[in-house]
Amino acid sequence: MRVALFVPCYIDQLYPHVAVATLELLESLGCTVAFPLDQTCCGQPMANAGFEHVSAKAMSVFIDNFDLYDYIVAPSGSCVLHVHEHIKAPDSSRPFSDRVFEFCQFLMDVLEVKELPGSFNQKVGLHESCHGLRGLRLGVSSELRKTPYSKPAHLLSMKKGVELVPLTRWDECCGFGGTFAVSEEAVSVKMGKDRIQDHLDHEVEVLTSTDMSCLMHLDGLIKKERIPLKVMHIAEVLNG
Amino acid sequence: MVNHAKNAEAFNQDEARTNWHDETLWFVREKRDKASGQIPEWEALRELASGIKDHTLSKLDVYLEEFEKKATENGIKVHWAVDAQAHNEKVFEILSDHGVKRIVKSKSMLTEECHLNPYLEEKGIEVVDTDLGERIVQLAEDTPSHIVLPAIHLKKEEVGEVFHNRIGTDKGASDPYYLTEAARQHLRQQFLTADAAITGVNFAIAETGGIVICTNEGNADMGVHTQNVHIACMGIEKIIPRAEHLGVFLRLLARSATGQHLTVYTSHLHKPKEGSELHVILVDNGRTEQLGRPDFRNSLKCIRCGACMNTCPIYRRSGGHSYGSTIPGPIGAILSPGYDLEKYSSLPFASTLCGSCSDVCPVKIDIHTQLYKWRQVAGAEGHIAGSKKRAMRFMGMVFGSPHFYRKVGRLMRRAARFMPNKWIYNRRNVWGKSREIPPMPKESFRDWYMKNRLGNGK
Amino acid sequence: MESRSTILAAVRANKPGEVALPSIRTIERNEISNCTDTFKNLVQAIGGKVEEIQYNEVQETVERLFPDAKYTASGTKRYKGTIQLEHITDPKALENLDVFVCRGLLGVAENGAVWLPESAIVHRVAPFITQHMVVVLNESTILEDMHAAYDEIDVAEYGFGFFMAGPSKTADIEQSLVHGAHGPRSLTVLLLKTL
Ligand code: SF4
Repeated sequence: MRVALFVPCYIDQLYPHVAVATLELLESLGCTVAFPLDQTCCGQPMANAGFEHVSAKAMSVFIDNFDLYDYIVAPSGSCVLHVHEHIKAPDSSRPFSDRVFEFCQFLMDVLEVKELPGSFNQKVGLHESCHGLRGLRLGVSSELRKTPYSKPAHLLSMKKGVELVPLTRWDECCGFGGTFAVSEEAVSVKMGKDRIQDHLDHEVEVLTSTDMSCLMHLDGLIKKERIPLKVMHIAEVLNG
Repeated sequence: MVNHAKNAEAFNQDEARTNWHDETLWFVREKRDKASGQIPEWEALRELASGIKDHTLSKLDVYLEEFEKKATENGIKVHWAVDAQAHNEKVFEILSDHGVKRIVKSKSMLTEECHLNPYLEEKGIEVVDTDLGERIVQLAEDTPSHIVLPAIHLKKEEVGEVFHNRIGTDKGASDPYYLTEAARQHLRQQFLTADAAITGVNFAIAETGGIVICTNEGNADMGVHTQNVHIACMGIEKIIPRAEHLGVFLRLLARSATGQHLTVYTSHLHKPKEGSELHVILVDNGRTEQLGRPDFRNSLKCIRCGACMNTCPIYRRSGGHSYGSTIPGPIGAILSPGYDLEKYSSLPFASTLCGSCSDVCPVKIDIHTQLYKWRQVAGAEGHIAGSKKRAMRFMGMVFGSPHFYRKVGRLMRRAARFMPNKWIYNRRNVWGKSREIPPMPKESFRDWYMKNRLGNGK
Repeated sequence: MESRSTILAAVRANKPGEVALPSIRTIERNEISNCTDTFKNLVQAIGGKVEEIQYNEVQETVERLFPDAKYTASGTKRYKGTIQLEHITDPKALENLDVFVCRGLLGVAENGAVWLPESAIVHRVAPFITQHMVVVLNESTILEDMHAAYDEIDVAEYGFGFFMAGPSKTADIEQSLVHGAHGPRSLTVLLLKTL
């Protein structure tokens, strides 16, 4: 299967190894992966800050790079959600919401993965990033009265060696929220600390998530406090 | 201008207290989870409630007139008020007709919104709030911080102190049983000596011309049935078409609000008691304007359960007062900008857009989507600081050009690698106050890809 | 009148196109297999008491439950109180009421509520101002849920009617649950078994 890899700007610049893990796992699952070279950003940082109107160019760069593909995969629920909700494909019969997939979503819904190569022998805590969970519905949020389910958790449980640790407030927001992390620094930091504590309370060794942005925030706090907790993107865990 | 971030920062100075506030409200959220979990058809009920409200808003004029007609036939006096001032004047007019000196008032967010208490007090009428939480904040000369749990921000020791000073409870006493009993005795006297009652309205039934009031304490009924004049104040969006719709909303309301199956008292008033008067005031105060905003009109579906506050991770860690508006929390953050965008422009940003509010809301208001849309309105109408605006414009340019983007990325990573820590963690680096900045790798993924997949990296 | 026309005109100008009213019959309701047991459990869970008695045992049961009650009143023939409600005109005169006994018209299994219309309580204030509340309820009147309840009752038939679910309560001080906020401190449901 031919897929285009959409690598969010901050992963491209700051966490290239996450994109590498995504690419490698997709390849090992039999995909032919293209990486359109002129991609930049979906425009979410500006839009969530109230400046959707200055993100028009970024959106058109996205369209130029990806419109030709039928399957577009990104290791970020948040960026995918933004594309779904705000970037209009030139041909309305091929909306991006049908073609752009968050990584776990693609593995579960398109590739219908039943097993994963390799093993990962650690106690893993899953941080359900909100945009993946409540935006893309990668799972059933704790507010809804539906049969519980989570695609990322399901994939993790498929991985040999992973001990998935249940958390107390398993789907509470980490407090990143884009510019919120800076404009509402006090609450953002407090939310992050509380999320980390939940993982520590349950003796998690590796904290993982579908979104590197949440992890960037959490890891920043972890490193500052020198907390013994490792942070890895879910693509790294699943590829590990 | 409300600065939510600043207020929230002040709230977070006392971390132990922030934890306490967070946990107290999370406890309510958990009760809600349990109660809603007992109804297998919960999601279908939400859908139905949302649909009934959508329908009602689309025929609001018809239902308002139907309500007025039926209520009048029932002997209720129906009044209309375009805004807070008209509402307050009408209340005062009715009260002065009866020479009222003191009123007992049960919880009504509408009268808070209209600032009725200070208005009446200025006219020499004493207002006694009878909901325990509201009485606490009234005696403390404070304001409610939550629409269902008005005194949730106060600790029992603080309540004890207020009661000691104002109603003479024992110094240092903080036992909730003791304090509640003291309030019961104190307020009984008020009920027995007041001249009129004011209440809010939870639902007004168009079909039958009656109103429904929900309380746990029984304070609304104590007021209404002991007094000869009852004024019920309601926003025009409280109308529901038929009595059978109560089944839907009542099954959702208490479970969402406090995790109860039903509030203790659900009172249906269709006629004044013999020899008494029942007035209903229908208030607009910005609601028709909100109805005219397609992106925001469905905020009028709110049944004021407070669940979005209890679930909101920001509300729990910043307190109701940080919003500086009558209605705090997520719903407050989408209602308030409709009244005064400039004053409340920081509220739509007091969110990570996590979406928990929209999922918990019993009438399925797309709260977090509306927060996003208010941000766009605030951005377009120039209610965002210049520095942020310039930064966003710059980012727009960077991401608009692949070439420029790569250049800036390279520069940034390089600069950060070579800059001394002292320079990086300067005062203006808000991110770095409590967080390390992310790693700054030598190559981007694109660089890696060129080298490892295309074989032409430089 | 000016407010009225302004508001109605603004609603007409601003309301969206008509949205159809969904039918509440579309809901697939949870079936409750044993309404009486569910009702009993719920009443207890929300702080009430349930006693199963025969129809002719109301008087003695109330006397047994409240031996020290000085002022009692009733809205049902099955119990005779010390105060004749019909003679009371000023509601505030019921200030010292200890126990009020009345008939519930129906019970709701899913939430333990009872429906008390004006006809059953005689005086609107009685069930609120009393210290203790006793509701006599026929087991056969217990319905599954609120939808069934509203199918059964006509809310507009009386000037006033209410659902009561447990004794008056508050949790306004640090979420600590306290019974007897303003209304009765206790609620006892006397359940008359169906023969
Ligand atoms: S917006 Fe929804 S959750 Fe929030 S108070 Fe209103 S009805 Fe409740």
